[in-house]
Amino acid sequence: MQMQTDLLEEARRQAEICNACRYCEGYCSVFPALHAERAFSDGNLTQLANLCHNCRGCSYACQYTAPHEFNLNLPQALANVRQDSWESFAFPRAAGQAFQKHGVRIAVATVIGFALLFWAIHALPTAGGDGFYAALSHNAMVAIFLPAFLFPLVSIAISLRRYWRHIDAGPFRPAHLVAAFGQAANMRNLKGGHGDGCNFEDEDRFSHARRRAHQAVMYGFLLCFASTSAGTILHYVFDMPAPYGFWSLPKLLGVSGGLLLVVGCAEMIRLKLRADPELGATGAFGGEVAFVGLLGFVGLSGLVLYALGQTAMMPALLAIHLGAVLAFFLLTPFTKMAHGFYRLAALTAEAGRKARVAG
Amino acid sequence: MTSPDIAIIGGGNAALCAAITAAEAGARVLILETAPKPYRGGNSRHTRNFRCMHHGPLGPLVDSYTEDEYLADLMKVTGGKTDETLARLAIRTSEECLPWMEAHGVRFQPSLSGTLSLARTNAFFLGGGKSLVNAYYRTAEALGVAVEYEAAVTHLELDGDRVVRIDYTQHGETQSITPKSVVVASGGFQADTDWLARAWGPAAKNFLIRGTPYNRGVVLADLLDQGVEQVGDPTQCHAVAIDGRAPKFDGGIVTRLDCVPFSIVVNKDAQRFYDEGEDVWPKRYAIWGRLVAAQPDQVGYVIIDAKSLELFMPSVFPPIKADTLEELAARMGLPADALIETVTRFNAACGDTSGFHPTELDGVATTGLEPPKTNWARPITQSPFYGYSLRTGVTFTYLGLKVDESAQCAIGNRLITNLWAAGETMAGSILGQGYLAGFGMTIGTVFGRIAGKEAAAHANAN
Repeated sequence: MQMQTDLLEEARRQAEICNACRYCEGYCSVFPALHAERAFSDGNLTQLANLCHNCRGCSYACQYTAPHEFNLNLPQALANVRQDSWESFAFPRAAGQAFQKHGVRIAVATVIGFALLFWAIHALPTAGGDGFYAALSHNAMVAIFLPAFLFPLVSIAISLRRYWRHIDAGPFRPAHLVAAFGQAANMRNLKGGHGDGCNFEDEDRFSHARRRAHQAVMYGFLLCFASTSAGTILHYVFDMPAPYGFWSLPKLLGVSGGLLLVVGCAEMIRLKLRADPELGATGAFGGEVAFVGLLGFVGLSGLVLYALGQTAMMPALLAIHLGAVLAFFLLTPFTKMAHGFYRLAALTAEAGRKARVAG
Repeated sequence: MTSPDIAIIGGGNAALCAAITAAEAGARVLILETAPKPYRGGNSRHTRNFRCMHHGPLGPLVDSYTEDEYLADLMKVTGGKTDETLARLAIRTSEECLPWMEAHGVRFQPSLSGTLSLARTNAFFLGGGKSLVNAYYRTAEALGVAVEYEAAVTHLELDGDRVVRIDYTQHGETQSITPKSVVVASGGFQADTDWLARAWGPAAKNFLIRGTPYNRGVVLADLLDQGVEQVGDPTQCHAVAIDGRAPKFDGGIVTRLDCVPFSIVVNKDAQRFYDEGEDVWPKRYAIWGRLVAAQPDQVGYVIIDAKSLELFMPSVFPPIKADTLEELAARMGLPADALIETVTRFNAACGDTSGFHPTELDGVATTGLEPPKTNWARPITQSPFYGYSLRTGVTFTYLGLKVDESAQCAIGNRLITNLWAAGETMAGSILGQGYLAGFGMTIGTVFGRIAGKEAAAHANAN
């Protein structure tokens, strides 16, 4: 797995300056991990990059940012390495390079998703199902989405294995994964060490805006995922096929999750538009915004489908929603969505490092 | 522009503490900061902690640190050259400052790695001094304080015992304002290397300035020229030995080198000139600034070998590395034969090194060598060899404005009715020589708040 040496070199130069300073030690998980090293291997830097949540606290506090000749911009240096690691470790690798930074391609893939579903609804027999199944049979949905769900899982598993070896993280321990989940659950690394939040949308002002938006997106997504899982269980275990009423588990989870997703993604894009692009990965803005847009659109189209599911617009809305979901699933390993998995791996590895230090 | 009630000259910690205090007292405050916004904050942007008296745990500080112990620490480093009344005032007030700082946006963190010895006495700013400066600017602006960047004050017009006008230039234009009160918090003069050279001698041209290039002492010179009372030795500056590859200005904390105790240090003729192992480095880095300044070309060269490489904090630039001493000498521009002879003589003078202990005075010393190395003396034998150059890095100057307990300036024997000073520009009123880590921020915070309060009281009454 060849990562870009120029990006690693720049991160190394900056990490060495940070290691001689140490003022930022209290901000996040990156600095204690950084200060534990004297020299930085490519694996060290890749791990630091994936620990970094781009909260930017260190950058606004830094006395060595431009115009100072040291020209430190650690958030960007680490974002570039992070972005490169996702592209380098992607399976297949070409797909990572094709989509991570390319918003237009993400949009095109989504439109192809719409087209596929329109075609499926038009061409496949429905065998007289109820509700959405009147447009597309349950079996056809499973035939399309089971592979579209399993492929990303396999792809990400391969990527994480590559990552784990690259950073030389040592043996995997479930307890460290539990610790990582704990950190991710409340986004400790977006709290800024002091609990005032991060610097993002208004220079050096600390706020929880990005952390809250991220939480809305993450929990919104998880609720939507839980909704689908609940439907699957009701279908197969309890022999209760859709459609479900509002007071059913799939709908309650799905509607609340969809609302959170829409609000969270909209807020995330608003914040991104206000933030300084120079502190993020070079050239990744379009890919990031397109991904957040797609995720928000999945939530929005699901809500609209629910609201207008009894009307003649249903088959078209269903094609659009499922098309977006399909694109989202298939692109998961190759878009910003992958960061969640890498983040968990990085936090797990960091928990392991700390456990080894503590002896 | 319409003149504010109070003009504050300078934009670092002391200036901001004064501005916030005055604005909270209801005054209209203007900060005139000579630096552009990215460089605002003077030397405060390079600081990292605040030395604080406390009875019992306070914020990030553990145990207690009493007034007497604090004063004793100060007296030790200044050799008694301390104004005890003002020092006690600073020390005593520091305890109430810490919660005040937190209430105005400053956040603290536990003592940094490598600084555990300061966990009881010094409260570290989360993110360092620039984050403190950022937080204070946010707080000040929320209180309605106006800030002008790149506003270089050139002259304070004195009429008897009153400042009647301030002239400053900004974006090529000269402006004048007539505030009711004025606070000077614009640091020392160390960035004016011509002034340093006049005070110290031509060698000062080779010194590096660790902090802001904007502390050129313009306001200080203007006031002293008009007879405002001065304090502090004009020929002295606080200087430490730093990495010789550091930038001329603004290198800050990262340029420090902690490897001297594990090394031999030679001059450009490859001759040793002082006991490298006299004491632990935090107690010796300041005298090495002077020692290096006294060597030809004001430069020193640190030589260590492979076994000492990881005994000190990482340096900002990697050391020069070579497999042989000859090669190292060539890379560092030192005479090879003389370096080898110096190392050989040093190695021969080393004795039993089994008691070597890097973090305490271990008494592992040379015998029959001049100058001796009295601790951590291990022969330099294990390849690869490493070298750093050392230069004198100036932190601050002692010459400043003399103030009283109200931070008020004087002319002749009379107080100037509307002029106060805070921070580095009046620190000479307390510190005659030497320095105690974190005390500069204590002086700035305590006297900044006093100056802000007094300036506001004067402005509100007039």
